[in-house]
Amino acid sequence: MPPTTPPRRAPRHAAFVRVTHWLTTIAIFALLLSGFEVVLSHPRFYWGETGNVNMAPAFTLPVPSSRAMVPTGYSFVLPDQNGWSLYLHFQAAWLLLFTGLVYVWRGFAKRHFQRDLVPDAGHRRWPALRAELAAHLRLATAARGDPLSYNTVQRLSYLLLVFALVPLIIWTGLAMAPAFTAVFPRSVDLLGGRQSARTLHFLATIALALLTLIHVGMIALAGFRARTKAMITGTAETTS
Amino acid sequence: MSLLTRRALLVGGVVTAGAAVGAAARAVGRKYGLIPPDANGLYGAGATMTYAAHRLFGRHALAREFPRAMISEKPFANELAPFSEAFLRHQAAGFVDWRLEVQGLVDRPLSLSLPQLRAMEQRSQITEVMCEEGWSYIAEWSGTPLAAVLTAAGARPTARYVVYFSADPYWTDSIDIDEAKHPQTLLALGMNGGDLPVPFGGPLRLRVPRQRGYKSVKFINRIVVTDTLTGIGPDRWGYSWYAGA
Repeated sequence: MPPTTPPRRAPRHAAFVRVTHWLTTIAIFALLLSGFEVVLSHPRFYWGETGNVNMAPAFTLPVPSSRAMVPTGYSFVLPDQNGWSLYLHFQAAWLLLFTGLVYVWRGFAKRHFQRDLVPDAGHRRWPALRAELAAHLRLATAARGDPLSYNTVQRLSYLLLVFALVPLIIWTGLAMAPAFTAVFPRSVDLLGGRQSARTLHFLATIALALLTLIHVGMIALAGFRARTKAMITGTAETTS
Repeated sequence: MSLLTRRALLVGGVVTAGAAVGAAARAVGRKYGLIPPDANGLYGAGATMTYAAHRLFGRHALAREFPRAMISEKPFANELAPFSEAFLRHQAAGFVDWRLEVQGLVDRPLSLSLPQLRAMEQRSQITEVMCEEGWSYIAEWSGTPLAAVLTAAGARPTARYVVYFSADPYWTDSIDIDEAKHPQTLLALGMNGGDLPVPFGGPLRLRVPRQRGYKSVKFINRIVVTDTLTGIGPDRWGYSWYAGA
């Protein structure tokens, strides 16, 4: 019987990844909370440049509103919380922007994206990816992967998040700001108008919230304590 | 021990450097007017960055203007507080006695009637009202640029803000002097070719199209040019002073 290797702790996440991960966590939590609160003051979404309660919405959320003038199915009006909500939303947006810029800068400089996130050559083909996706959907143990690296589905999800979803959310958010669109009118015109920007901001946020839920769910499946500890201390336990 | 010492040194160094950078940023911010009046407090950092970004990169930018075909068929006036007795009397009389008082750091304090305002420089622009709640509409606004009134009154070079008062005292608000002198900042007397309807702020509304709707206060009857906002108006009911975001 060969002697078993005692578990040891191996390097897992670089310091810049850990710091930006937790700053982003704080920012996104604040943005989701304050964003949802602001939506309550007008839970109706439109397409095009303009939209208000005198116009037909593209869709309406089945929630009460904090404004009496907004027709909802509810007989009560929530208190107005938009003052602190908008303050918090923009403060957290600045945090997300600066954290994101530092992350992307360090990520390229340290070859984090090239080395850790772009799928390995052997995993870039569709059959391999399909098998891995199927394993994820079955919640199979194999999908939890190696504690010292990311699996392909994970890599593609993170790349999508970092280079597509979060930039889209920042862009659509800025396209709602009248002072920003005064400087860059095309930022909102390209999206189809102010209300289109708002609707896309909301839909992209839903996608972000779902990705976040799946992310936390997968972490829980793979071992919440061990994975969270790795993202705090930077090392993960391994027997190899 | 050596680790502790190193960590203490590092933390001490970062704190000192942070304080130095913070002090330098404050000095530069004051000099170039990058610090909004609500820069202190829990959300001061975010409010300051938003305002500073506007001051550095967008001070002279023009709000989008739209073709006539895009004017909203169904604009939304939003909720109105019950009108005061005094306002109802003005309304019943067709606002013939409505005055705009211009006071503060000016060489010639003015008391302008609506016809006097109409006799000054006029401007029309088709811009969007974007409420902080998320809804919007486009209308054609016509009236007197606030800049023209400030020039007529002889606003002094020490002016830093313009405070504006409404017949509804709740809506006292202010903007910086550059926003006040911006060509699109309008004392609107008309909307979509007619007189400005009361629900939309008639007889006189300030339009600040580069900021959220709540800065475009309705029923304007007094403006005060000032170099400080201390002691003027309410505490802004918890909303950001700069509303360009």
